[in-house]
Amino acid sequence: MAGAGHPVLWRIVQTIPVLIGVVVVSFVLTRALPGDPAVYFAGAMATPESIAEVRAALGLDQPLVHQFFRYCAALLQGDLGRSVSTGQPVVEDLATRLPASLELTLCALVLSCAVAIPLGILAAVRQGGPIDHLCRILVTAGVSLPTFFTGIVLIYVFYYLLGWAPSPLGRLDFVYLEPPRVTGFLLVDTLLVGDIETFFGAARQLILPSVTLALFTLAPIARMTRAAMLSALSADYVRTARAAGLAPRTVLLTYALRNALLPVVTTLGMVFSFVLGANVLVEKVFAWPGIGSYAVEALVASDYAAVQGFVLAMAVLFVLLNLVIDLAYALIDPRIGFSAK
Amino acid sequence: MLSVRDLAVTFRTRRGDVPAVCGVGFDLAPGETLGIVGESGSGKSVTSYALMRILDAGGEIRSGAMTWNGTDLRNAREAAMRKIRGGEISMIFQNPRAALNPIRKVGRQIEDVLRQHGRATDRDAMGKAIAALEAVRIRNGAERYHAYPFELSGGMCQRIVIAIALACEPKLVIADEPTTGLDITTQKAVMDLMRDLIRARGMSSIVITHDLGLAAEYCDRLCVMKDGEIVETGPSAALFARPSHAYTRKLVDATPRPGVGVRDLLPAEARTPLPVHEPKAKKLLEVVDLVKTYAGKSGPVHAVEGVSFSIREGESVGLVGESGCGKSTTSAMLVRLLDPTSGAIVFENEDMAAIPADRFARDPRRGRIQMVFQDATDSLNPRHTAADAIAEPLRRIAGLRGKALDARIDELADLTGLPGHLLRRFPHQLSGGQKARVGIARAIALEPRFLVLDEPTAALDVSIQATVLNLLADLRARLGMTYLFVSHDLAVVRLLCDRVIVMQSGRIVEEGAADAVLEAPTHPYTRALVEAAPKPPRSEVVLRAVG
Repeated sequence: MAGAGHPVLWRIVQTIPVLIGVVVVSFVLTRALPGDPAVYFAGAMATPESIAEVRAALGLDQPLVHQFFRYCAALLQGDLGRSVSTGQPVVEDLATRLPASLELTLCALVLSCAVAIPLGILAAVRQGGPIDHLCRILVTAGVSLPTFFTGIVLIYVFYYLLGWAPSPLGRLDFVYLEPPRVTGFLLVDTLLVGDIETFFGAARQLILPSVTLALFTLAPIARMTRAAMLSALSADYVRTARAAGLAPRTVLLTYALRNALLPVVTTLGMVFSFVLGANVLVEKVFAWPGIGSYAVEALVASDYAAVQGFVLAMAVLFVLLNLVIDLAYALIDPRIGFSAK
Repeated sequence: MLSVRDLAVTFRTRRGDVPAVCGVGFDLAPGETLGIVGESGSGKSVTSYALMRILDAGGEIRSGAMTWNGTDLRNAREAAMRKIRGGEISMIFQNPRAALNPIRKVGRQIEDVLRQHGRATDRDAMGKAIAALEAVRIRNGAERYHAYPFELSGGMCQRIVIAIALACEPKLVIADEPTTGLDITTQKAVMDLMRDLIRARGMSSIVITHDLGLAAEYCDRLCVMKDGEIVETGPSAALFARPSHAYTRKLVDATPRPGVGVRDLLPAEARTPLPVHEPKAKKLLEVVDLVKTYAGKSGPVHAVEGVSFSIREGESVGLVGESGCGKSTTSAMLVRLLDPTSGAIVFENEDMAAIPADRFARDPRRGRIQMVFQDATDSLNPRHTAADAIAEPLRRIAGLRGKALDARIDELADLTGLPGHLLRRFPHQLSGGQKARVGIARAIALEPRFLVLDEPTAALDVSIQATVLNLLADLRARLGMTYLFVSHDLAVVRLLCDRVIVMQSGRIVEEGAADAVLEAPTHPYTRALVEAAPKPPRSEVVLRAVG
């Protein structure tokens, strides 16, 4: 029972009730939303008869409990239903849309961390100095400008004025051939088939939206790094390290930063979840075929299957994210171990 | 070897510059042990940080000279200082668990220092770190190498801190309150270990402490610091025997030691006659076979294993033992903050253990059993003023309101010697002694019959401890209270208690009249406790007081 994989497996098992809850709540909530999909899809010229026809075709004339069990039965077979607005199976839609959003969000976060963490460290080390002030200005500016605005400004400058960036029209310019889908991440798929040219094409499309999102997420990460570093640097063990004559680099990285990483990882998890849910505006500005815009469109159309599929996918994603964060904690801090209880 | 002249350190704060050290000077000869003694805020630690040039942000050496074997420590380059730190001068810190990196293996932390000073290479670092662990008498060095600080006891952590400090064979070791937060037997073990290692390697050392008794036992020479200045310097025994400065005399007086009463701790002019205190024959409290078992991760933890004792009315009983012996659990059960697993607590002929702890707060008997908590700072709500803190039990249990409440608060402040204008202050605006008085005023607000004092002076300076102990002695006589005094410090317990109960691993190992137990302990554990207490040299002040 004490196998290494066991506690992790136990964590995953613990998430099952959460997922069941999400299935029930998303089902009930979508039904509770105002708007009748039958009326919507029957079109402007609909007669009561045609609406009833559409309703029967969608299965909406059945009792709610009945509909729920049918939904669950399909779910167990991996069938999330068919989106009435795109006409595609929801699984298919999610499989193309979700990687697009994830790729964008992950790129933005990597970029954001690469800037925010060193910035936070420097701001903490030189507290009250010019870098500290620069950090504060950059961070405040980044978070106070709405993403659609930064996005449009970036497009205006780098695409329209300078012409350095490609046209902001989705994940890949039409001159490139899309690689066969393996992971759905263009950057990975292109490398898998060795298509370097397309890889760079995809990367170029990614730059501007990633920067837009990264600017928005700089603030929490940089602030948390700075605060965590400040408290770590004033800790007793840092004084011990300094009194033992350790080099500033060792004191800063091995002693202070590793201890400061815990709150930063927590923040990173939170930022990741809100960005993934909130990057609709960026997706719209850059015509990014992501999951955010898909969900909003589905919601407007009362596209039940699509909305439920989206909510469920997000729930699974967050459960996995939390698992990854817990694992990261255990890696960083030996005091936090997985207990099977 | 080390010479300090006119050292002045100031801290920049929002309210302007605050001097921490002003004009400190001393010399240290090779092989000598110098003690720097002073109460909190006297600048003793800041002096040592200035020597190592590791002052916190805002701290600045304003003037003076510090010379170490011909090197000017004040103006040395940072790179040169890094060679000196840990290589030639190293430091041992208080609170060992916090002084170690919590997420790095202790062996690696020793390696870091060895590598930094070129004492080890990748190949032999591990072996040398294990050797360093074994040098501080840690058994199974190879196994302990992989331990994290949270897996080790406080005493063990302090050994690691010592191992880090001595790893590169420095010539001077500065120990800053090396035993604060450690048990008394651990304190002795750590101090003896440090002294032996320092002697064996022919190092010099500076011991910084608030404990005059400890310093006198382990140091050749003492400097007494007050408000950033050295007020007196001299050989330990002579300084203890004939303190010439008024402050040194006050410190010597306030240090609990054999043969003195609680009044002798106060300055000579404040020694009013001690009010008579006569325990009655009637039993107030009887504890029968009290057991507390917690469910732990690896099986049940037996915190208290069948403790029985009784306390007579008006008696003061000391409950003594080291951390983890079950004394705090026992006292928490007596004040009904914790439910015993089994056993009876008979108070005034009623079994208190029958009432669940979470309902006892609303019980009319709540007011009769009260407690003074260990840490005066942590046990006060930071957003409540002193008056609010004292008013809480009066409002909740006695139901006082308006003028009656204010009058009672004033009366209590008066009783505990808290100046009236401090009542409107918040805890952070009060000194340690003042906070202790607030805690006591709150506990006696309802005129309890029985008061549990959980290490009420552990966090206080000795001179404040002296006044608080005397206050407690006065209150006991005035209000006719019965005390259970929980402490790890036998010398303090003896001053206030008629009887002592010694606990070890959840059981009572010895019980008897305070003086008898302290002078002729029968149980080996009690003997170890008595022997571990630092023995300050006899002072003439004491001799005069006794004879």
